[in-house]
Amino acid sequence: MSSSSAFNDDKGGSSSVGEPEYGHDPASGGIFSSDYKRHDDLKEMLDSNKDSSKLEAMKRIVAMIARGKNASDLFPAVVKNVACKNIEVKKLVYVYLVRYAEEQQDLALLSISTFQRGLKDPNQLIRASALRVLSSIRVTIIVPIMMLAIKEAASDMSPYVRKTAAHAIPKLYSLDPEQKDQLIEVIEKLLADKTTLVAGSVVMAFEEVCPERIDLIHKNYRKLCNLLIDVEEWGQVVIINMLTRYARTQFLNPNINESLLEEGGGGEKTFYGSEEDEDDEEEEKEKKSEAAALAKRKPYVMDPDHRLLLRNTKPLLQSRNAAVVMAVAQLYFHLAPKAEVGVIAKALVRLLRSHSEVQYVVLQNVATMTIKRRGMFEPYLKSFYIRSTDPTQIKVLKLEVLTNLANETNISTILREFQTYIKSMDKDFVAATIQAIGRCATNIGEVRDTCLNGLVQLLSNRDELVVAESVVVIKKLLQMQPEKHSDIIKHMAKLTDNIQVPMARASILWLIGEYCEHVPKIAPDVLRKMAKSFTNEEDIVKLQIINLAAKLYLTNSKQTKLLTQYVLNLAKYDQNYDIRDRARFIRQLIVPTEKCGALSKYAKKLFLALKPAPVLESPFKDRDHFQLGSLSHLLNAKAGGYQELPDWPEAAPDPSVRNVEVPEWTKCSSREKRKEKKVEKPFYSDSEGESGPTESADSESDSASGSESGSGSEESGSGSESEESEEGSESEEEEEEEEGEEKDQKKKKNKEIKKPVQESESENSSEEEERKNERKRRQRKNDSESESEEEEDESESESSQSESEDSDSEAEVKKKKVKTAQTKPPPKPAKTDNKKGKKEMSLLDLDDFEPAPSPQVTPVNNFLSNSLVTDLEGLSLSDNVLSPATISPSSATKSYELLHRITGEGLSVEYCFSRQPFSPDANMVAVQIEFTNNTTNDTKNLHMEDVKLQSGMRVKEFPEIELLPAGETTTAVMGIDFCDSTQAANFQLCTHSRKFFVSIQPPVGELMRPVFLTENEFKKEQGQLMGMNEITEKLMLDVKCRNEHAIVQRVITAANLSRVPCGSDKECRFSGRTVTSSSLVLVTVASKEEGTAQLMVNCEKMVIGTMLVKDILLALTQ
Amino acid sequence: MLGFFVGEMIHSLFLINLSGDIFLEKHWKSVVGRSVLDYFFEAKEKAVNPEDVAPVLQTPHHYLISIYRGKIFFLAVIQTEVPPLFVIEFLHRVADTFQDYFGECSENVIKDNLVIVYELLEEMLDNGFPLATESNVLKEMIRPPTILRSVVNTLTGGTNVGDMLPTGQLSNIPWRRAGVKYTNNEAYFDVIEEIDAILDKSGTTVFAEIQGVIEACVKLTGMPDLTLSFMNPRLLDDVSFHPCVRFKRWESERVLSFIPPDGNFTLMTYHVSSQNLVAIPIYVKQNISFFETGSCGRLDITIGPKQTMGKTVEGLMVTVPMPKAVLSVNLTASQGNFTYDLATKVLVWDIGKLNPQKLPNLKGSLSVQAGAPKPEENPALNINLKIQQVAISGLKVNRLDMYGEKYKPFKGVKYVTKAGKFQVRT
Repeated sequence: MSSSSAFNDDKGGSSSVGEPEYGHDPASGGIFSSDYKRHDDLKEMLDSNKDSSKLEAMKRIVAMIARGKNASDLFPAVVKNVACKNIEVKKLVYVYLVRYAEEQQDLALLSISTFQRGLKDPNQLIRASALRVLSSIRVTIIVPIMMLAIKEAASDMSPYVRKTAAHAIPKLYSLDPEQKDQLIEVIEKLLADKTTLVAGSVVMAFEEVCPERIDLIHKNYRKLCNLLIDVEEWGQVVIINMLTRYARTQFLNPNINESLLEEGGGGEKTFYGSEEDEDDEEEEKEKKSEAAALAKRKPYVMDPDHRLLLRNTKPLLQSRNAAVVMAVAQLYFHLAPKAEVGVIAKALVRLLRSHSEVQYVVLQNVATMTIKRRGMFEPYLKSFYIRSTDPTQIKVLKLEVLTNLANETNISTILREFQTYIKSMDKDFVAATIQAIGRCATNIGEVRDTCLNGLVQLLSNRDELVVAESVVVIKKLLQMQPEKHSDIIKHMAKLTDNIQVPMARASILWLIGEYCEHVPKIAPDVLRKMAKSFTNEEDIVKLQIINLAAKLYLTNSKQTKLLTQYVLNLAKYDQNYDIRDRARFIRQLIVPTEKCGALSKYAKKLFLALKPAPVLESPFKDRDHFQLGSLSHLLNAKAGGYQELPDWPEAAPDPSVRNVEVPEWTKCSSREKRKEKKVEKPFYSDSEGESGPTESADSESDSASGSESGSGSEESGSGSESEESEEGSESEEEEEEEEGEEKDQKKKKNKEIKKPVQESESENSSEEEERKNERKRRQRKNDSESESEEEEDESESESSQSESEDSDSEAEVKKKKVKTAQTKPPPKPAKTDNKKGKKEMSLLDLDDFEPAPSPQVTPVNNFLSNSLVTDLEGLSLSDNVLSPATISPSSATKSYELLHRITGEGLSVEYCFSRQPFSPDANMVAVQIEFTNNTTNDTKNLHMEDVKLQSGMRVKEFPEIELLPAGETTTAVMGIDFCDSTQAANFQLCTHSRKFFVSIQPPVGELMRPVFLTENEFKKEQGQLMGMNEITEKLMLDVKCRNEHAIVQRVITAANLSRVPCGSDKECRFSGRTVTSSSLVLVTVASKEEGTAQLMVNCEKMVIGTMLVKDILLALTQ
Repeated sequence: MLGFFVGEMIHSLFLINLSGDIFLEKHWKSVVGRSVLDYFFEAKEKAVNPEDVAPVLQTPHHYLISIYRGKIFFLAVIQTEVPPLFVIEFLHRVADTFQDYFGECSENVIKDNLVIVYELLEEMLDNGFPLATESNVLKEMIRPPTILRSVVNTLTGGTNVGDMLPTGQLSNIPWRRAGVKYTNNEAYFDVIEEIDAILDKSGTTVFAEIQGVIEACVKLTGMPDLTLSFMNPRLLDDVSFHPCVRFKRWESERVLSFIPPDGNFTLMTYHVSSQNLVAIPIYVKQNISFFETGSCGRLDITIGPKQTMGKTVEGLMVTVPMPKAVLSVNLTASQGNFTYDLATKVLVWDIGKLNPQKLPNLKGSLSVQAGAPKPEENPALNINLKIQQVAISGLKVNRLDMYGEKYKPFKGVKYVTKAGKFQVRT
């Protein structure tokens, strides 16, 4: 093996990524090294315990795969390394596995357990990658394992893992279509997911597994529309295409009343104009249901959901991604009222400046569109002008579009352009131009003569192809009015001497034959010449000569009888049987003999019948029955897997199927806020009911409205509320409309509210916030009026997010509601604070960090919703009347000392766990640090150094504080990933002159963040965390802590958890997840008689559970 | 196997060079044999130029969608219905990524970095569906090669795979990686405008429009939130944005508000309304003619400044694809150099700076193949030029503000005007 090891070294030295083939390496022994030997060598490298040589081997193997070489015999050696610690080796092994697992199923199974382990990893990225590889291994035997993994991942905490689950669905489906039903269940579940990350992937899975199950979309339709803008580009394409199909099945054709002029725009306007129209809309609906027969006559009113789709897709016309633009364009083409389709033209024209492949596809679609909607592209006529540098296929397509766009007004410009094109060196293009001229001439009567003259001039062109093409086109044109053009026919007759292109010759002969009466003198002469050259002609020409002879014989037998006989005799002995047949047939027809009777009488009628002029049609006519932008459209043939674009329904299906049980808050528009305040009680009962069934499809809206109207009746003066509830969807829609109109304002508000929140988490400005807080406090006392207004703003902003919030946010909002309901909540909500402050502050805040790319619908994100949760937790509710569902931790978070004034030589530092999500890294706990400079000198360059951590822990340092003037206080936020342990983070705090060793140790309660669970979810999760994961402790409650409210407060102070709604007032439940691993933490405090209680903690992480029990116990008993 | 196909977007990818060698293949599902490419090769044979190969081809069981970039065909094999633009756009994104990683997108570079390329493809597509296509995200997972790193890697056996797991994919700002740090914080914006024009024989503008793009190079620490506003946003007729730009903000206020990706990216492209008159910076006087007898022709081209906004026209170059019959040229240039490529029949005249006092002129005779008929058509002239420090539309950036971070970044805006598809018909 010495030779191979020598080789090894050699390789190590010269290693480069794209390994040259072995044979090129002089050290390899050139041609003598066989494949088998080479692989031996790789095997040895793979078996070595050095990662570097494993890596080297894997790189070479992957390079082999990339070049399409077979590396399958290395499978056993490679698969062993699947558990390798080195992440790059691992990745390359995955690449290999995915490629060869199908071929070596038995061996592939060896790797499965590694992935199964990976599926349980606390790190979401590792879970995701394990699922990705596992699902890519096409081994039928692991189907059940994949199914299980997908199901689990579909309910994973991390949206990224759920996304991966969505990706895995089609993989499993293609491996085993029998899993379809189960997979549909998973798809259904994931479709309900409210994160942008998942949306695109799950719709892709839907399209591939069960595109026919359009019913699954109903409940998610509005959500998808609203999320759309924040979904990643590729997902947008898939969703838009799917929604196009959906809309075709659910809405009415907006152009149904095309003839009634006012309809389209007018109808909409009234509907969207103002709230009064709500009634109209209702009437409209009634009419619809009662008079199906009259439906066609009835003024069309667009379904608000239809409008929602159009409105939310429109901004995507500005996408940088051509596929997205095209998707929106086809959506508008297929779904929008005629008057609105025009908006897509500009965007499509923009795509024409992209790569030539993009141009190619776009032009095909534009060509189809221009047939139906010419006006749309007319203003962009010049954008379709052709450059000599365009590839031929692009030229031809542009020509097609130009031809479609031609009309009486622009035809002269277009013809002038065409004249330039005819001079092109690209003959295929010239031929296409001539065809185009022909089409313009047939379509636009005014220019027919001009075109014809132009084409006739081309007959003297030097290039035969040009002439030939012209002849063919002229022939078609002449058919339209031959009597006027005998000159041209004569001219063409002369051409037979020169022109050699068979098609052109044939065309000329046909023309002369057809119109021989117009050229009675020339025709026989032409036949004479043709008879002479008959034997040398091409077949199509020969056929036309026979044809010409026959026609002349019938009209002018005196002069041509002999010639015809001669031609027919020649044809009789032709090599081509078609020609022989034709000759025989014609002879029988035209030459009367005794045998043939009846037919010859009709010969004249047969041959000289008037033939309809050919219609020169665009090849793109009627292509729009294929969905535009699709492969099938491009090929003009149905591609496999193509989903037909359905026809509009005659009558719209029930629009209420899309109604979602809308959480109360989305329904109340601002004007209802005040009433809202009074109806808090029923509201909560409602909310509790809601925690249970979210999926009962049909009854849903009913039950919702039921409970709401109940609430209405309880409270006098809330009439509008109950009205609202009857019209669940309408009101929601209505409000969205309003939003649309006031969008900017509200969005701004929305932004204003959200941003500062983000800001405070995202470090830096907490100092300002502090100040704001104070100012706020003062203000609040003074004007409760403006206060309530602000709150309205908030709830509005909330509702604008409505569709995109996930379940925890529902909870928040309820909490928020409560807040709104209060007349004076003692500590001020962080949010309002910020907002207030904002008004007075410099521009700086205005545009602070905002998470979403667009301020439109805020994408659901855990940060944001969490931040709301935590914000709201900042409100302490001393009012006992308040609902039990409110979270009421003390607003003062506990501060810990980091550096004492004495040891810090005048610098004192405190820290607290702000319970804000740490925005740069969700896995970190935010620690807010407050620095006070008690000296008389400025302290400069405050920063962290020398961080000492237990393995796995990470720290995001706070940004350096450049200057802390004497006597001042400032705060900063840092993030620490404690890895779900209470290990301390040690580091040095440095100033410009000194360094201090400090450490931060978290109480176990700070290692988690609240999550909102419904009662059912809570019970379900609890059921899964039994046995070792459950810790129960009996306790005697502190005397001051015997009411529910106090218990809640103390528990929430001790641990960063959120309250779970609960039917019984004896039990308080809390839920959270650990920050790093997202393990669920469930806490139950059940109070019993005489101050005894039982505390139960369920947590996957037993250490955390045990410590948490201790802490809560302490909190409740003291 | 199961004779059952579920549509996946992209089944396989082949990279093919101009001479038809397949130098990389990747399959996301079962392997598709190379024989499917025969249909492509057939089409390629027929095409005169590589650009003429139809981007979408149909074969009995597959569809082939290809793009041509950097003298490479990127060919995707598809089995079922998929929007063709989806695939085309994705393939271009792949090529862009290679460009971004390796500085160019060419066969050699890909061959030299085969493993990185493979890893990139693995991350960019999952089961044929695009997964991570943002350069910032990819760079967190797979580091681009640098000379230094490849030396270090060789010595230490280090890797190109990021050892930290990427966070970008998980955040709401997928285009920006977390924890960006720079000692010098800088943000540069290049406003580049291209004039697309067709001038006819007499010098009249048949068609002209301005196509602009703002290329950004942003190297800023942390999570900066930038706002870029224009003095005259009304000029912009049609725009498209990088996903980071908040569209609503643009709609309501006509400002670009965004959290930028880290590094180089295209912030927006725009189109200046063709209703506005487009200033054409130069005029071209030309006379190209072929004589009926004598197998020769004449060529005389003079270029002069027209509307240059007081700036110098640089990088002036004229490219003339001659008719095939033109055998050789006998020309003299008053300024610059010219070359005539006998194989491709392309005349290139590289002028350089345009001196208004002494206009560049190229004239002389063309010799045409004896006996060949006089070329029907005159060649079109394709013009390249560059004008520094001016955006020909008059677009001006008003200000750039940064929020969310406290340091003072260094900011810069540069304007350039170029000729895009600028053609003079003769």
